Amino acid sequence: MPDLIPISSPGAAPADWLAGWRTGPAATASETPEWLQSARSAAAGNFERMGLPSRRVEDWRYTSLASLAEQNLDWSPPSVDVTRESLPALVFGREADCRLVLVNGEVRPNLSSIPNLGDGVVLTSLSNALGEDDDRVLRFLRQRLAEDGSSLKILNDSWLLDGYVLIVPDDTTIDMPIEILSVGTGGVRPPAYQPRNLVIAGRRSHVTIVEYHIGLCIGSYFANIVTDIDVGPEAIVRHCKVQDESKEAIHLALYSARLDSSAQLDSFSFTLGSRISRNELRVRLEGLGAYCRLNGAYLVRENQHCDHTSVVSHASPETSSDQLYKGVLDGQASGVYQGKVVVHADAQKVEAHQMSRALLLSETSEVSTKPELKIHADDVQCSHGATAGELDAEALFYLRSRGIPEIRARQLLVEAFLNEAIDAVALAGMRLPLEQNVVRWMAERSGP
Amino acid sequence: MIEIKNLHAAVDGMPILKGLDLTIASGEVHAIMGPNGAGKSTLSYVLSGREGYQVTDGTVAFKGQNLLELEPEQRAAAGLFLAFQYPVEIPGVTNMTFLKHALNSVRIQRGAAELDAMEFLKLVRAKTKELGMSDDMLKRAVNIGFSGGEKKRNEILQMAVLEPTFAVLDETDSGLDIDALKIVAEGVNALRCRERSMLVITHYQRLLDYIVPDHVHVLAAGRIVTSGDKELALHLEEEGYAAFAERAAA
Repeated sequence: MPDLIPISSPGAAPADWLAGWRTGPAATASETPEWLQSARSAAAGNFERMGLPSRRVEDWRYTSLASLAEQNLDWSPPSVDVTRESLPALVFGREADCRLVLVNGEVRPNLSSIPNLGDGVVLTSLSNALGEDDDRVLRFLRQRLAEDGSSLKILNDSWLLDGYVLIVPDDTTIDMPIEILSVGTGGVRPPAYQPRNLVIAGRRSHVTIVEYHIGLCIGSYFANIVTDIDVGPEAIVRHCKVQDESKEAIHLALYSARLDSSAQLDSFSFTLGSRISRNELRVRLEGLGAYCRLNGAYLVRENQHCDHTSVVSHASPETSSDQLYKGVLDGQASGVYQGKVVVHADAQKVEAHQMSRALLLSETSEVSTKPELKIHADDVQCSHGATAGELDAEALFYLRSRGIPEIRARQLLVEAFLNEAIDAVALAGMRLPLEQNVVRWMAERSGP
Repeated sequence: MIEIKNLHAAVDGMPILKGLDLTIASGEVHAIMGPNGAGKSTLSYVLSGREGYQVTDGTVAFKGQNLLELEPEQRAAAGLFLAFQYPVEIPGVTNMTFLKHALNSVRIQRGAAELDAMEFLKLVRAKTKELGMSDDMLKRAVNIGFSGGEKKRNEILQMAVLEPTFAVLDETDSGLDIDALKIVAEGVNALRCRERSMLVITHYQRLLDYIVPDHVHVLAAGRIVTSGDKELALHLEEEGYAAFAERAAA
């Protein structure tokens, strides 16, 4: 019989993944509420049908998960004993006033430092919030579990156990950045973990979240992270993510955000780590005048693959979005930017701009860019653009003719290239450490 | 200061310079004039070490060193400066950062101590003041959004900061109106001194009304065909390059 693969299930669900689920805590935990257990089971069934996304799915055309499917993953890794001392006290040169730590997707209160953030502000673990039957969490979660999504979102649904929960009440401004430190550890077999994070920002609230994703090993692990964000009317959520996972890690992150009227989401992602990474942003601008800015900068080399995917839905009039992604690729690294903008039929006076620029430092690096505009309204301003090129030889010679050594001249030009994206980071204190990482990354290069 | 002997250079295998000889002593200002395609810009790029310009014969001795075996940055450290015909725009790098990196790189290579931020600021402010430039130009990205005149003044500022002993000014007058030309020429004249030689490359005589050279050379078909004093430039202007080249070839 020929090996037929129906269109509706373009990938295969690895059998050991399913076995891992059936014997893991997501299927066997006894104290789980019934609605949640049935949601997980339904998701597991759906994942079995959908399988892992293959490159035949348009959304995954440029990113292959074939190497992930081949890994002998540990779906219920033993709890790793991580001490405070083993965590970097200063991540990116900043001492955290407020830090929540996750190890392999599980919140570790003993490693976290959470001060009083104000009346009604909640920063806790999902398992804790579920245990306390927090109504806002339950309502939000059930709604998000009911939504369709890629098979990786469904896989995360099926494993819903822990993650971080941040709730900012109406009219509340949190001044200090909320730092989330997510640590991946290696193991005899590569651990797989799937945190589910929730951010609920109430009406007119302001909050800044800084996420670090780091590896405490040189080995492999698989993080399949889903973060659901709800930004209330006139609220402002700033999100800065630094992904510096282990060089062998596979990091797939989905941020799914819904914005109410005049709400703002300002997202910046900085990518250095992982063998394969994907940062996927799905933003629904639901309320009148909602705005999102999605920026990113990435530095990849050797055999790293880095995918930035965004889908911005302009569902209401006068909504706007800006996207700028800048990448530097070296060695055999590959990068992807695919940005989809959808403007709904009655969403007039919409502005949507996207730009992707890549700098290729080697002949063997490559970048794939796919902008996609689906516009159903007529009074809109949309633009997209993409460039990929080498360092400007003219500029390089100009700098050298002024006495600047070639290596330093290249560093300066790369820094300048990325600074356009980094300068937009709303959290001023983050810019310098980000720039220093660019300098360090360039200094680690061996050749010209 | 600099001694160029029998210099032959090619671009993409096409010979451009065909046996150029030129000697410039300390403190002298020489002008090279010539028609388009004579090899004027090729000479400036060969001297500054740009990629793609192959020296096929000849020597260039700069203060006793073999200039041709140095990297562009080493030439700068040795005291060579090229004022570009078309200054390059560098988005994302401020003029201040650029100048600071350039000066400190040159200082390190010359065995001097790096300047810290305060020392550098003091120095660069003094230089901009001397040249009548605004501090605002320091905060902007290198040559981005600069007018033609500003770009050329920016070249002169770099020269003032790096204090070369030999400066090549490649068509510094191109793209400038007469007012801008005067300002740039004033800047150059302010930098003339006994320890500093200059080579002014130009198509037109008018620049030499403002930067008066000690010697004038005519470059045609890759060689210096005649040399003289500043009067030569005036004759050339009257006669035109075509007639001149004809006479030179005869």
